[in-house]
Amino acid sequence: MLRGFWKLTWVETKVFMREPMGFVTSLAIPVILFIVLGRTMRLGRPEADPTAQALFNVPIVAALFIAINAVISLVAIISIYREGGILKRLRATPLSPVTILSAHVFVKLVFTLVSLGLLVLAGRRFFPGAMDVNLPSFTAALLLSTLSILSLGFVMASLVPTARFAQPISAGILYPMIAVSGLFFPIERLPSWLQIVAQGLPTTHAVSLMQGVWDGSGWGAHWGSVVGLMLVFAVCTGLSTRVFRWE
Amino acid sequence: MPTPVISVSHLRKSYRSTVAVDDVSLEVYRGEIFGLIGPNGAGKTTTMECVEGLRKADQGTISVLGLDPRRDASALQRRIGVQHQEAQLQKRIKVWEAVDLWSTLYGRVVDPQDLLARLGLEAKRNAWFMTLSGGQKQRLFIALAMIHDPEVLFLDEVTTGLDPQARRVIWKLITDIRERGKTVFLTTHLMEEAERLCDRVAIIDHGRLVEVGTPAELVAKHCPERTVVFTSDGTGAVERLTGDPSVQSVESEGQTHTLHGQGDDFVTHIIGLVAREGIRVSGFRTEMPTLEDVFLKLTGHGIRD
Repeated sequence: MLRGFWKLTWVETKVFMREPMGFVTSLAIPVILFIVLGRTMRLGRPEADPTAQALFNVPIVAALFIAINAVISLVAIISIYREGGILKRLRATPLSPVTILSAHVFVKLVFTLVSLGLLVLAGRRFFPGAMDVNLPSFTAALLLSTLSILSLGFVMASLVPTARFAQPISAGILYPMIAVSGLFFPIERLPSWLQIVAQGLPTTHAVSLMQGVWDGSGWGAHWGSVVGLMLVFAVCTGLSTRVFRWE
Repeated sequence: MPTPVISVSHLRKSYRSTVAVDDVSLEVYRGEIFGLIGPNGAGKTTTMECVEGLRKADQGTISVLGLDPRRDASALQRRIGVQHQEAQLQKRIKVWEAVDLWSTLYGRVVDPQDLLARLGLEAKRNAWFMTLSGGQKQRLFIALAMIHDPEVLFLDEVTTGLDPQARRVIWKLITDIRERGKTVFLTTHLMEEAERLCDRVAIIDHGRLVEVGTPAELVAKHCPERTVVFTSDGTGAVERLTGDPSVQSVESEGQTHTLHGQGDDFVTHIIGLVAREGIRVSGFRTEMPTLEDVFLKLTGHGIRD
């Protein structure tokens, strides 16, 4: 059914690109955010405050924003498709359920890749010198992070009652997760119970892995985060097979 | 008796505490248009989706083309075509893209161009799904259901929400499908549609099968009443008609008289009387009971109640 997978992936890609808002939010906004924040923080400039830079790493903020956007968009699409009977209709074809959902994940990962590409281009253009990073390694870290959070997205898509609530509910869950992810301040400053919660969230591991790779350390130094992301993926995927609703 | 294409026996399906389908048994034969009729919530869709293999029955056995819809799901999917009630597609998918995607999913397919032409959609090839009219959307869903040239076609409320003209176009398409030797299993809550389209119908109400037969059989069996309405300015002779022993009751309003009687011969008998007595009538029409009347009689409530 590989041909079906590619065909569905291609159709979903085209359909998504025709959606003006979806296209803008997934590709343009992260780049704009990146440029504006980069300017504010004087990214790549010698006069920039190194402690502020370390605490508020603009490229990581933008990258995580890309991943979160992908997940919110996925939750919205899945709930719209469920409400419109599109999932049910596709399921009545020879396509396997896993293929149908994998196509959506694949499309989101492709757009994540494209967004990251735009981010890197913008970085080279506006903040020369600030983007000295092992790009393949960072790309892999972002993709693994996105995949892990996407799997959580499927659990959320199962819980969302109607498509109208998809966006607010998924944003309402994901944004607080970013707040405690260590992106804006070290999680050591959180109350101890919240630190434990944070350790169970994919965003926390995503931030620590991407931050680590950005700072130049290898994946080996962050195997805990890698395992954390994989664990979230495994648990959420397993949970989705039980709670996912097709109609 | 020919061998059935679809055979359902003692089907039962409940959702939590609500019994949606209760002990339904029916058979559908090759080449016929079979209609499952009843009000919304009667259990039509649940029955159909159990037959399609989309839902698991709690009890009972189902066989479609000799296959078990759940166990042989993938083999069956290639031999049946389905259209769901109130279904949508991706808003911005183009007509040709949907047909192309579906063609890829099934191995053996009919010529997509030819199919779109047959369903009157060739001018809409490049249109987005969201821009199609209700009738065009339903025709596209029929196209998708037929892309792999299935032997049995399932249509769930396919004309619901369409204007009369679009409805007629779909009716024509469905009879054309039967002409090609296919079997059609449809649900509808429109009695007129069932009467015009279906070779046989099954009436379902509150999850239970009430009656099965051809529309004419059901009308003849359950609603033998015949009504003649005539207008006449003659006075004395009119009593000859209204007083005839075959007439069971009369309603008169000015010069218009409504006669109620029983059986197929009633109308012929009245026409004979009019001719014999030389009664001058300026208006004459008969009213035949319809499936709607049968439904009302069998269930004790109207289809839209």
